[in-house]
Amino acid sequence: MKDLTPPSHGNGERIPAWDAIARDADFKALVTRKLKLVVPATVFFVVYYFALPVGVGWYPDFMKQKVWGDANIAYLFALSQFFMAWVLAFIYVTAAAGWDRSERALLAKFGFTPEH
Amino acid sequence: MTLFPFAGAAVTDHTALTMFLSFVAATLIITYFSARRSSGASAYFAAGRRITGWQNGLAVAGDYMSAASFLGIAGMIAMNGYDGFLYSVGFLVAYLTVLFIVAEPLRNAGKYTMADVLAYRLSPRPVRAAASLSTLTVSIFYMIAQMVGAGVLVRQLIPGVGYEVAVVGVGVLMVVYVVFGGMLATTWVQIIKAVLLMSGSAFLTVLVLREYQFDIGKFFSSLSAISSTGPNGEKIVRDFLTPGLIFKNPWDQISLGMALLFGTAGLPHILIRFYTVPDAKTARASVVWAMIIIGLFYIMTTCFGFGAASLMGPDYVQAHGGTNMAAPELARKLGGEIFFAFISAVAFATILAVVAGLTISASTSFAHDFFTNVIHYGKEHKPGAEVRVARITAFVVGAAAIVIAIILGPGVNVAFLVGLAFAVAASANLPVLVFSIFWKRFNTSGAVAGLYAGLISSIVLILLSPDLMKEHAIFPLKNPALISIPIGFIAAILGTLLSKEVTSEAKFTELQVRANTGLGAEKASEH
Repeated sequence: MKDLTPPSHGNGERIPAWDAIARDADFKALVTRKLKLVVPATVFFVVYYFALPVGVGWYPDFMKQKVWGDANIAYLFALSQFFMAWVLAFIYVTAAAGWDRSERALLAKFGFTPEH
Repeated sequence: MTLFPFAGAAVTDHTALTMFLSFVAATLIITYFSARRSSGASAYFAAGRRITGWQNGLAVAGDYMSAASFLGIAGMIAMNGYDGFLYSVGFLVAYLTVLFIVAEPLRNAGKYTMADVLAYRLSPRPVRAAASLSTLTVSIFYMIAQMVGAGVLVRQLIPGVGYEVAVVGVGVLMVVYVVFGGMLATTWVQIIKAVLLMSGSAFLTVLVLREYQFDIGKFFSSLSAISSTGPNGEKIVRDFLTPGLIFKNPWDQISLGMALLFGTAGLPHILIRFYTVPDAKTARASVVWAMIIIGLFYIMTTCFGFGAASLMGPDYVQAHGGTNMAAPELARKLGGEIFFAFISAVAFATILAVVAGLTISASTSFAHDFFTNVIHYGKEHKPGAEVRVARITAFVVGAAAIVIAIILGPGVNVAFLVGLAFAVAASANLPVLVFSIFWKRFNTSGAVAGLYAGLISSIVLILLSPDLMKEHAIFPLKNPALISIPIGFIAAILGTLLSKEVTSEAKFTELQVRANTGLGAEKASEH
C-alpha cells in the first residue's frame, strides 16, 4: 500500500460532498455488495439458530438419536452452531477486506486519502 | 479434608481473598495510571480510541462473560445436563448480529453512545432522551442483578465476607474505576478479567478431560447415565445429553433465543466498546476476537458443567453449595484448595468487571445524551462539564445500586433482571438502530415510538410473567422478547408512517456515506 498524504492537513478539515459520493456508481456498488452478503448470511444464521430450539422443543425424538458414540444430534447440532458462527464471521471478514479496498479507491477518487 | 476440615477451610479463606485482593490491587494501579494519562472527553469516554483489535476483543468478551454465564450455566449443566448448553449457543451466535449489522456503522457514525447513531438524522432531543432512558434501564437492571449475585456468591466463595460487605465493596470499586480511570481503566479491568477467566476455564477443562484420558467418547459415555435423587427421594438415572430435562415449554426457548440473538447488538455497555478503537476495521476485528474468545469460553463451560455432572453428580453439587458452586467445587475436587481459591477469585473479578462496564455505560449515556444533548442542546456550556457530569453520575449510580442491592437482600431472585436487560435491548434499542441505519423514511416519531414501546412492553410483560406472578401469571413466557420485539418494530414503523414529519434526505445520504466508508469518523487521539 502506498503511503498517502491527506489532502487537507491540520485544522481545516474539508466537508465531504456526501451527495456526490452517494450518487457515485462505485459507492452504490459497494453498498450492494455488502448487502448481498449480509442479508443472506443474516437470514441463514437466524434460521440455523432457531432450528435448534425448534428441533429440541418439538422434535425431541429426532434430536435424541445417537450418531457418534453417545453424542446425539441435539448435542452435535448445538456444537455446530459455534462453528457456524465462526465460519460466517470468517467469510464476512474475508469479504470485508475486499470492501475496504473498494472503499479506499472510492475515497481516493473524491480526494480523501486515509491517514497512515 | 476428612481429618482437618477446618484447616482446609482456613487455607481457602486466605488464598481466595489474597488472590482477589491482588486482582483489585492490579486494577487500582491501572486506574491510577489511566487517571494520570487521560484528559479530555474522548480519553475519558472512549479511551482515546486507541485500543487495539485484540485488546478490544478481550474487553468485549470481558464485559459479556458474566458470573451468571460462568457459574450459572456450568451449574445448570451440572444439575440437568444439555439444556444449559442452549443458553451458551445463543450468547455466541448473537455476535453475528453485532458483526453484520451494528459494529461498523456505529463506529463510523457515532461518538460516545448508541444514541449518537440514532439521533444522527432525527430530531436529537426526544430521541436521545428516550435512548438514554432505555440505556439507563438496561444498565441499572443488569447491574442490580450482578450486585445481588456478587453478594450471594462471595459468602460462599470467600467465607468471612458478608453480603453487605461484598455489595459495598463491589460498588465502591466499580465507582473508583469509572470515576478516576474512565474508559481506559474500565477496558483494562475487562482485559485482565477476561485473561484470568479464560486461563481458569482452560485449566479446569484440561483437568476434567484428563480424568477421561482425553478420550471424548469416554467422557460422553459417562454422561449417558447420571444418577441423582429425585424430588421425592427416589433414585433417578438420566441421560444428560438429552434435551428437555429443564425446559418444558419450547416457546420459552424461542423467546429467550430472540432476546439473546437481537438483544446483544443493543446492549449499551457492549456497543460503547466499539468507540474505543481507532476505526471501523478495528471494530470489526475486535468482534471477531470476541467471538473466538466467547465461543471457546462457552464450549469450555459445557465441558466443566458436564464434568461436574459426571465426576461429582447432581446430588453432590446440591449438597455443596448448590448450582452456582458446581464449577468452584469441581475445581476444588480436581485441583485442590489453591485452584478452588483461584476460581473463586476469578468469579468475583468477573462480577466486578461487568458492573464497572455497566456503570460507565450508564454514566456516559446520562452525561453525553441527557446532560449535554437534551438539557444543553448539544453544546457543552463549560469545558469539561460532560466528563464531570459523567463522574458524578457514576457515583450516584453506584450508590443507588448499592442501596437497592442491600434493600433487596440476598434472598431475591434476580435472574429475570438479566432477561429483562436483554429483552429491552432487543425490543427498544435494536429496531431503532436498524431503521436509523437502513430505512430512509424513518423519522423521529418512529424512533421515539419504537424506543418507548419496546421498553414499556418488555417491562410490563416481565411484570406479568411467571417469574414475578408465579402460578397466576397473565403472560405465560419467562422472557417477553417473542412479543416485545415485534411490538418494538411495529411501533417504530407505525410511528414513522403515521406522522407527517419529513426526514432530511441529505442527512440520510450523509449517514449512509459515513456508515459505509468511515469518512468523517471520529479519529483516535494523538499520543
